[in-house]
Amino acid sequence: MNDVLNPQFIPIGEEEYHVNIGPQHPSTHGVLRLVVSLQGETVKSLKPHCGYIHRGIEKMCEKDTYPQIIHLTDRMDYLSAHINNHAVCLLVENALEVEVPERVKYIRTIIDELTRIASHQLWWCSFGMDMGGQTCYFYGLRDREKVLDIFEESFGSRLLHSYYTPGGLMMDIHPNFQKRVKEFIKYFRKKIRDYDDILTGNVIMHERTKGIGIISKEDVISYGVTGPTGRGSGFSCDVRKHHPYAAYDKVEFNEILETAGDTFARYMVRMGEFRESMKIIEQLIDNIPEGDYSAKMKAVIKLPAGEYYQRVEAARGELGVYVISDGNKTPYRMKFRSPNLSNLSALDHMCRGYKIADLIAIGGSLDYVIPDIDR
Amino acid sequence: MDQSALKERILTLVPKAEYQENKQFLTFVIPPDQLHELALHLRNDADFAFDYLFCLSGVDRVNVLEVVYHLESTIHKHQLVLKVRTSDRENGAFETVCDIWRTAELHEREVFDLFGIRFNNHPDLRRFFLDENWVGHPLRKDYKDEINIIEL
Repeated sequence: MNDVLNPQFIPIGEEEYHVNIGPQHPSTHGVLRLVVSLQGETVKSLKPHCGYIHRGIEKMCEKDTYPQIIHLTDRMDYLSAHINNHAVCLLVENALEVEVPERVKYIRTIIDELTRIASHQLWWCSFGMDMGGQTCYFYGLRDREKVLDIFEESFGSRLLHSYYTPGGLMMDIHPNFQKRVKEFIKYFRKKIRDYDDILTGNVIMHERTKGIGIISKEDVISYGVTGPTGRGSGFSCDVRKHHPYAAYDKVEFNEILETAGDTFARYMVRMGEFRESMKIIEQLIDNIPEGDYSAKMKAVIKLPAGEYYQRVEAARGELGVYVISDGNKTPYRMKFRSPNLSNLSALDHMCRGYKIADLIAIGGSLDYVIPDIDR
Repeated sequence: MDQSALKERILTLVPKAEYQENKQFLTFVIPPDQLHELALHLRNDADFAFDYLFCLSGVDRVNVLEVVYHLESTIHKHQLVLKVRTSDRENGAFETVCDIWRTAELHEREVFDLFGIRFNNHPDLRRFFLDENWVGHPLRKDYKDEINIIEL
């Protein structure tokens, strides 16, 4: 609390006052504290205070073997758990120069995209609720349940899966997997029209999002803002396009780019990504090659001494894993470049000059997941 | 620019830069006093145009503390890794780059918090994750915490 009262950090003017939003506030979507400096209703500046759920994952990684680290990455951005697993698996496979079977690449790509859909569904429903639309929350969660059911049937868990292992997958997919995914795509193609009817065309939503929280392309790059938030400002930053991994080089899909850079543009990027993800899944689901679900790996995985970096496109932006290995079975240093931390750094810039109610809308459009910021 | 051309240009700019072998990225260890000047040039020069700092990490190599900058150009699509090192574990400090890449502000605070590396001219250098009264910097190799870290 000291720093709030200390004028060295936040200048307290005559008519300026400070409001703590969070750490316990529904619109921060977790335990994040924002110290907002207000003049009337206008946001003058904003300081994020992080660390409420800092677990020291990077320190823990230094004591863990690579297969163990997979389980820690689930706990960072729990909404794109599979994609976090994927980053570590790819890093280990590339460092050891292991060629994973085609079947694994296809399954991983399909599951990554299902994860992205499930994550964007949760974003959509909570964004709608931030805007005051309770209905959205129930619609979004209802459809997300369908994806989680597919996950549960295939690998037994709904949130923290740890399904990928270095070299492949923990187990093969369930015999029903392909059938149920196709059913889901058919179902969701119909339901996404409801999403547009309820929220995308809503006049109140337009009033609250268009021209709000504008950030330019130059600023987005300088702040390192990636993912749908960066693409809403026209920053072409899709790792799947620029540094393809798994089966992304075999499928046709578009990188959704908007140029307005406001809250509505970020909304539209994610709505477009729903459809692109479904397009990717449809291209792969019938063509999963037969074969092993894992490459042969040694029982103890040791990376050769050196430095490795792997980037993947998580649901919220570019996730980077940086490993320095000294040849042991545990990494010497492991760093996660979390997309949410960089996205959060731009929040102050986006909110300045807008009303405090707009802060909720802008925060909703950033879609931050706090455990990924704090790690 | 391809890697060999980039390497030549960097070595003419900073003759003291030490080239490091790395399969993935072109890597250099830069003298700390030239870091800010070089970083500014790398972003502003049209041939380099390194406008995107995609990762900033601290590393404790026991005898030295290190900060690693992963850079990319969104125009030319080339990448570069810069490293700076200090052997001063008590008061090790580098020039901040958050006036060049705004994303560095929070990342440098994180490195200060977990490694105890200072950044000169940083606008708001405070602890980021941990409490202001926390003793020590957890990601250092010599950090001791007998309660929370169980040694096996």
